[in-house]
Amino acid sequence: MAVFQSLRYTTVSSVVLMIWLGMAAVTAAAAQDLADRVAALAEGGFNDKVTAVGALAATGDDRAAPVLEAMLEGLLFTQREGGSIVIGEHLSRRELRLADAVTGADLGTAGSRSVRKIRINNRVRAAIRSALGGLKLMHPDPAERRAAAAAVLNAPDLSFLPTLDTAIDRETEPDLKTLLGKARAAVLLSSETVADRLEAVRYLGTYTDPEVRGLLGGLLVERGGRQAEPDDAVRAAAAEAIADIDRRLQQWAIVGNIYQGISLGSVLLLAAIGLAITFGVMGVINMAHGEMVMLGAYATFVTQELFRAYWPGYFGWSLAVAIPFAFLVTALVGMAIERGIIRFLYGRPLETLLATWGLSLILQQAVRTIFGPTNREVGTPDWMQGAIETTAGLTLTYNRLYIILFSLIVLFALMLVLRHTALGLQMRAVTQNRPMAAGMGIPTGRVDMLTFGLGSGIAGIGGVALSQIDNVSPNLGQSYIVDSFMVVVFGGVGNLWGTLAGAMSLGVINKLLEPYAGAVLAKILVLVAIILFIQKRPRGLFALKGRAVEA
Amino acid sequence: MATGSSSGYTPLLLRIDAGGWVLLLVLIAAGIGVPYANQMLPQESPWHVPTWLVALLGKYLCFALLALSVDLVWGFCGILSLGHGAFFALGGYAMGMHLMRQIGDRGVYGNPDLPDFMVFLNWDSLPWYWYGFDQFWFAMLMVMLVPGMLAFVFGWFAFRSRVTGVYLSIITQAMTYALLLAFFRNDMGFGGNNGLTDFKDILGFSLQADATRCALFAASAVALGVGYLLCRFIVTSKAGRVLVAVRDAESRTRFLGYRVEHYKLFVFTVSAVLAGIAGALYVPQVGIINPGEFSPANSIEIVVWVAVGGRGTLYGAALGGVLVNYGKTYFTAAMPELWLFLLGGLFIAVTLLLPRGIVGTLQLWGGVLRRRFSSGDRKRGSHGAVAPAPAGGGE
Repeated sequence: MAVFQSLRYTTVSSVVLMIWLGMAAVTAAAAQDLADRVAALAEGGFNDKVTAVGALAATGDDRAAPVLEAMLEGLLFTQREGGSIVIGEHLSRRELRLADAVTGADLGTAGSRSVRKIRINNRVRAAIRSALGGLKLMHPDPAERRAAAAAVLNAPDLSFLPTLDTAIDRETEPDLKTLLGKARAAVLLSSETVADRLEAVRYLGTYTDPEVRGLLGGLLVERGGRQAEPDDAVRAAAAEAIADIDRRLQQWAIVGNIYQGISLGSVLLLAAIGLAITFGVMGVINMAHGEMVMLGAYATFVTQELFRAYWPGYFGWSLAVAIPFAFLVTALVGMAIERGIIRFLYGRPLETLLATWGLSLILQQAVRTIFGPTNREVGTPDWMQGAIETTAGLTLTYNRLYIILFSLIVLFALMLVLRHTALGLQMRAVTQNRPMAAGMGIPTGRVDMLTFGLGSGIAGIGGVALSQIDNVSPNLGQSYIVDSFMVVVFGGVGNLWGTLAGAMSLGVINKLLEPYAGAVLAKILVLVAIILFIQKRPRGLFALKGRAVEA
Repeated sequence: MATGSSSGYTPLLLRIDAGGWVLLLVLIAAGIGVPYANQMLPQESPWHVPTWLVALLGKYLCFALLALSVDLVWGFCGILSLGHGAFFALGGYAMGMHLMRQIGDRGVYGNPDLPDFMVFLNWDSLPWYWYGFDQFWFAMLMVMLVPGMLAFVFGWFAFRSRVTGVYLSIITQAMTYALLLAFFRNDMGFGGNNGLTDFKDILGFSLQADATRCALFAASAVALGVGYLLCRFIVTSKAGRVLVAVRDAESRTRFLGYRVEHYKLFVFTVSAVLAGIAGALYVPQVGIINPGEFSPANSIEIVVWVAVGGRGTLYGAALGGVLVNYGKTYFTAAMPELWLFLLGGLFIAVTLLLPRGIVGTLQLWGGVLRRRFSSGDRKRGSHGAVAPAPAGGGE
């Protein structure tokens, strides 16, 4: 075994030497004919062939790879007449289709007798494989280069070093360049000189990457009383680097959890923001709020079905249409509810709660009857698919990112409406002092209706966003109703900033607890924490002060 | 001070209103009649009550007791609890744990100590909180103590910091939701989402036997009757007067020097114990308890029973519990897709059209009729019924 390995090592290192020499030659002489190097493959003994393979690979020429691949598979031949090198393709046992190895020109078919196969042995095979791997690093397609670099990183071998150096020189894309640098350092870890290894360890220590951590961890392995890494200084440096990486990975994990928390918080915000209007501003306990969210999600489904049926080419725009559509549908339903039920129950919050709960049952059952009890498929447009991946194993999916942005946009748009429009002014006037507002000529009944419509419509918009990350089923709303109330109550009634703070802190706390307690227990803990919190501040984080409280 | 003399000195039996007498008489008749009709009458008799019906009626009685407990806090103290299902379920789990221990080695795995689901989860010993549940008296104690303690602790925190109205409703809902999530976890040791089931016998009597069913039915009737008397006793006592005052004007009552939170805590805890007992009687009759009982929707439904029957009338709540559940049984079988429409419509109709519920509305009509026919000026409104808005201190 050991003998075999050392044999392989010398082979590989001699190829490396050859490639390296070959490259030097290229840079020096600049123009040596590719044809000559291909011709050299057929000459001399196996040692010469190894040299020739290295020399060919060192050109970094695109045409070298197919030739070497053919040689590896035993399909590279010398023509008996004229002695030129050709790549053959077996049509049958006796017949070959030939192509010129250098130019790729079709030479027609020929009998298998007319050509002589270029023989190789295991040493040559190893040399070819190594050379091919190196060549891929300079492939014109960046995806191929990336795959090759990843392959080197997976199985670092000193033989790649010279090719890597050339590849790094030639590389133009910055992220590929860092990947190649990482691969180079990984290769250098098996270098013979301590200084090289030390430098490689230090270089790798600057990455924050579970893969690099694995590479460095390999140095500290002790097997059968023999250290994988003989030098104490290198081992110490590796241990230090690993500790560094672990610390940074942990920080990234916390960042990841916070991101997840913000993502959850934005979902809660979308679900709760309409409630902040109906419950927070109007004081109506709308238990059918979750169903407004659900209706918004179904409105998205209907819009997408229409797009699929009539304008399949514009499917990417379906969400943009679904947002106003969902707003309209749910706002109309909300206004009908306000006129039909809630207006008779003002000042009786507990009765309102019961009536709207009944309403939520009716809406759920109605949707179940119309659309069926199963989940409905809501598509995600192309521009929302995909993810940003960072090196530290953190994945930020685009749909979550868009939802975070969207929830903030909705929140701020609502703030603007409340603060800078006539409707917003009237809404605030009516909620602060109804008789006085009526005395000033504000039609309070109409304002109530529009306010409730606005809150419901925003719930519907929330439903559009939630349809992208949750199952669209008649029960969609139910799963958010308790959470939404928690957010509004925790944040403080009647304050949109409170809703934002409530949603984000609940989301982040939940996700930070999850790694320690598990998803369900984390949720239970958050619920218990809110129950306790309400004891301390019965009016929430951002409580209204002064006369508004008494009203 | 006209009614002052009637509270405090009158014996309990004289404090029961007409509807209450009807309820008690019906309970006595049913408690004796139904088991008799099941056990003594031959199957061919038109008056024979089949066993499934006994179990169903027993279930209704448990729901009636649960509705009673909600009416006690909501109708008389203004605490709208959306988490009473939690107390019911906790009582049910305490009973279920006893019944699980009673299975002994007759389970699928034949382990004498561990219930099947624990064997299935590879647990090697009984968790500490299961100790003692093999004793009937201990289980019965826990049936009352666990919901009572939870209500006491929860109420102590909530009432002391003056969490009232809608806020209280929402945190009670959060409480039952948290318990729902907790009981769904397998590691909690309560059987996860399957809950506890497959019970064999209670106090040595097989749960499948007709006689046991009848006995459980009778026990439910007795529990409802005693529960009613207890509630009636509380609401007609002096403390009951304070509770109604708290319901109608909490701040005013506080300013008068009453420790409002003590009264609320007392009645909330009593109510939770009643709900726990209802749960304990419910479990052996339906044969299963699972975390679904904790779902917030269940708790809200209980409130509707009370609202339908008539809030603040006690016997009305019991009536509402039976009526709505009968409707549920009927419609979920006859027209399953219609039931949710009907239940939802019931919620809306009752709050909009019948704010006093069936009994309250009948009382109102009765009062109108009586006033029209008797020229004499009898005292308006019997005490204990829904008092109209607090109008100054007549008392």
